[in-house]
Amino acid sequence: MLCKLSIRNLRRSLRDFAVYFMTLVIGVSVFYVFNAIGGQAATLRLTQSQHEVIQLLDTVMSGTSVFVAGVLGLLIVYASRFLMKRRSKEFALYMLLGMGKGKISAILLIETILIGIGSLAVGLILGIGLSQLMSALVVNLFEADMKAYHFTVSGAAIVKTILYFAVMYLVVMVFNSVVITKMKLIDLIQTGRRSEQIRLKSPVLCVIVFLLAAGMLAFAYHQVSWQNVSLSRNEMLVYIAMGTAATFGIFWSVSGMLLRVMMSMKNVYHRGLNVFTIRQISSKINTMVFSMTIICLMLFVTICTLTSAFSIRNSMNANLQELCPADFLLAVDLTGSPDGSKPLTITERCDPTADAADYVDLCVYSDPAFTFADAFGDALAVLQEQYPFLQSEMPEQFVRVSDYNRLMRLYGGEMLTVNDGDFILLCDFKTMQTVRDMALQHGTEIHAFGQTLRPQYDCCKHGFIEMAAEHINIGLYVVQDAVLDGAAPVTEYFIGNFAGEDTEAAEARLHDLAAAADISGIQTRSEIYAAAIGLGAVVTFLGLYVGLVFLIACGAILALKELSESTDSAGRYELLRKLGADEKSLSQSLFRQTGSFFLLPLVLAALHSVFGMQYSVHFMEVFGMEHIAASITATSIILLAVYGGYFLATYLCSKGIIRERR
Amino acid sequence: MELLNIQQIEKYYGSKSSLTKAIDDISFKVQEGEFVAIMGASGSGKTTLLNCISTIDRVTAGHIFLEQTDVTRLKGKALNQFRSEKLGFIFQDFNLLDTLTAYENIALALSIQKKPASEIDTAVRRVAGQLDISDVLEKYPYQMSGGQKQRVASARAIVTDPRLVLADEPTGALDSKSAKLLLERFRYLNTECGATIMMVTHDSFTASYAGRVIFIKDGRIFHEISRGSDSRKQFFDKIIDVVTLLGGDVSDAL
Repeated sequence: MLCKLSIRNLRRSLRDFAVYFMTLVIGVSVFYVFNAIGGQAATLRLTQSQHEVIQLLDTVMSGTSVFVAGVLGLLIVYASRFLMKRRSKEFALYMLLGMGKGKISAILLIETILIGIGSLAVGLILGIGLSQLMSALVVNLFEADMKAYHFTVSGAAIVKTILYFAVMYLVVMVFNSVVITKMKLIDLIQTGRRSEQIRLKSPVLCVIVFLLAAGMLAFAYHQVSWQNVSLSRNEMLVYIAMGTAATFGIFWSVSGMLLRVMMSMKNVYHRGLNVFTIRQISSKINTMVFSMTIICLMLFVTICTLTSAFSIRNSMNANLQELCPADFLLAVDLTGSPDGSKPLTITERCDPTADAADYVDLCVYSDPAFTFADAFGDALAVLQEQYPFLQSEMPEQFVRVSDYNRLMRLYGGEMLTVNDGDFILLCDFKTMQTVRDMALQHGTEIHAFGQTLRPQYDCCKHGFIEMAAEHINIGLYVVQDAVLDGAAPVTEYFIGNFAGEDTEAAEARLHDLAAAADISGIQTRSEIYAAAIGLGAVVTFLGLYVGLVFLIACGAILALKELSESTDSAGRYELLRKLGADEKSLSQSLFRQTGSFFLLPLVLAALHSVFGMQYSVHFMEVFGMEHIAASITATSIILLAVYGGYFLATYLCSKGIIRERR
Repeated sequence: MELLNIQQIEKYYGSKSSLTKAIDDISFKVQEGEFVAIMGASGSGKTTLLNCISTIDRVTAGHIFLEQTDVTRLKGKALNQFRSEKLGFIFQDFNLLDTLTAYENIALALSIQKKPASEIDTAVRRVAGQLDISDVLEKYPYQMSGGQKQRVASARAIVTDPRLVLADEPTGALDSKSAKLLLERFRYLNTECGATIMMVTHDSFTASYAGRVIFIKDGRIFHEISRGSDSRKQFFDKIIDVVTLLGGDVSDAL
């Protein structure tokens, strides 16, 4: 009997449950897809280093899943509590008929179980389907062979998904039971009577709060975007707190402000259904200032996470071509040990030329008397304040121009000519470049190896010796060969390309050789690629995972709220119809209401992101943020698809709710 | 001049197996400037009649003409325009939008007709004066008394200068003092402003403010009395007499 009642309830209130169910299904499938990546990638033909990356990915995903489960759990509890509230009258009727609270709890229990099983089943099926798409993405990211791919289902991920969601549903059940035991019949019966008073905010106060919040936000924006180099972590937290408070303030006051502004424009305000639309929007925003704030902040985090993740990945892949122009690099330290023994050079230790088609052997020099600090002189104090992690005692590094040009022939880079008594500074780490350019612009002379050298150019040239996935050269002086005559080398590099087709075997032989000769500094192109692509993949998946879950949460909260508003307002639309408003203008009014409801937090979040990203860009300079436009595009597409999808679903459902009942 | 002409309308509910005749062949006419009350017990079909006239519900058979328009044939846009321009509604539960101030509630009826803002303001202030609600214009419905709310609703109904004002149990949710005040205003609107009002009620006191009362029982017109030159008190007594008959068996009455 109770079971029948539960099923009937679900069927009857399908519309209320639809968004809830849809959210659960998407939640389950996203959870499955990201937990199944490890298992899916295992079936692909990948190299050893790629497998290690996949393992790392798996670990990161499991860790994140706990966090994601927390977010989804909160969302589910929120949504179910919301649906419970809407059913007060139904519960009241049960109680009036003499049904015990235990039985009502049982009905809810059965409902939750039914919804749980249903959403898990549908979600997992959807997830298994989507994860095949995800596999294609994995193949693409790792540049693996698509032919090796076949349909896969990850049992471990299924079990994990079921387990996590079972726990969440259990929490919901406990929560529901607690709520039921606390219910009072009189409250339940009276909830139908809308005694909700419109708490009027004084317009003057609204304007003051709005201006205050806007000012606070502008200040925080300014600090974060333009003063970011000197921000400490604590200061950053203060600005984040300020931003949050300001966001709340804006949502608290914006409807009052808006109303004031619109009311002053009488011709617009009293045109068609504008009065009604504006009042509806303002009352909606007023009743959910807190939720709006949370949603706005979550959207902000989502936009930043997605954009950063895509940027990192894009620049890594783009940089690789440029920054890994050779197959391998060996490096040894030639500074010597404290006991005075002279270390052996690479060619003295072994013969790496066997597998090399062409190669360059060169040394980098330094003058212990010429350190990083010396290169800057007075400007150092300012610099250290901005970059407290700088090791200013490090000696600067020098290379002979002939050596460098030989390397450039191998790398296919730009050759340099150094004039008499001049030096050329190479640097591509952006922050450092900015700083060094300042010194070069002043024509600061340097004193090293007993000579005085002038800068040949007023800015740094791009260039590097060591291969990497990112721009990490913080400074290298190219000087005429004679300058370094008699100087002691600090590092020797042996850089070359493999001979023959089978680079994998050659790479293995090189590793053995280096190990035997006690050369720890070894880099190969494929390893750098794998590490970079791996990091790119981890970051991308992490960004997508968190971003998607946040988007779902935001969309679901807004959709639930809006749909219940529509149900409550159905009578108002009926009245407008009686007053002679046509269907088109009613739909238009609804569209504007739903639109502004979804758009407002998004606009503010986008604004936050514009300035927040300034900080991110600075913070993540090392990865290079050159491809930010493409990343923003990708982020917008995802945002549009998920958030826009929720908007559209909400609008269409609402339209159904307010449709004329005949 | 004849404003409303109702010709043999019928309204059936339910399926073939269990047919309910809510309206069973009703015909009558309303002249311009009349104040008509329709009386009857619960379930007599009086609200259905009003809904059919107001185009909210559709008749099963028959015709309703307002001026020259057959409202039973209106559809879509024309129907909305007809409602908005020719009719004014007053409901038992006021049906004011609780998010809007009194002023905005009244203005809404005009802005739906796409009237310019300047015109709206003068019209709203004019009817507010007529209904004695000028001092509550900036208040929200929850800040007003029931009587004030109903007068605001009435203002909304007449601000568009409708051909016919339809009121469904306008005093149903009011205390007797507020009801009296509202009805005084109705009479004022009828006599001074020339509004044609058709009101549905089951309360004899309320009906006694009208110029003519039509009694309905089981979907048919049972009786009809006009006030003529009687005082309101005398008219009220006449209504009570009919209501007493109405309560009894039909055979007793005839």
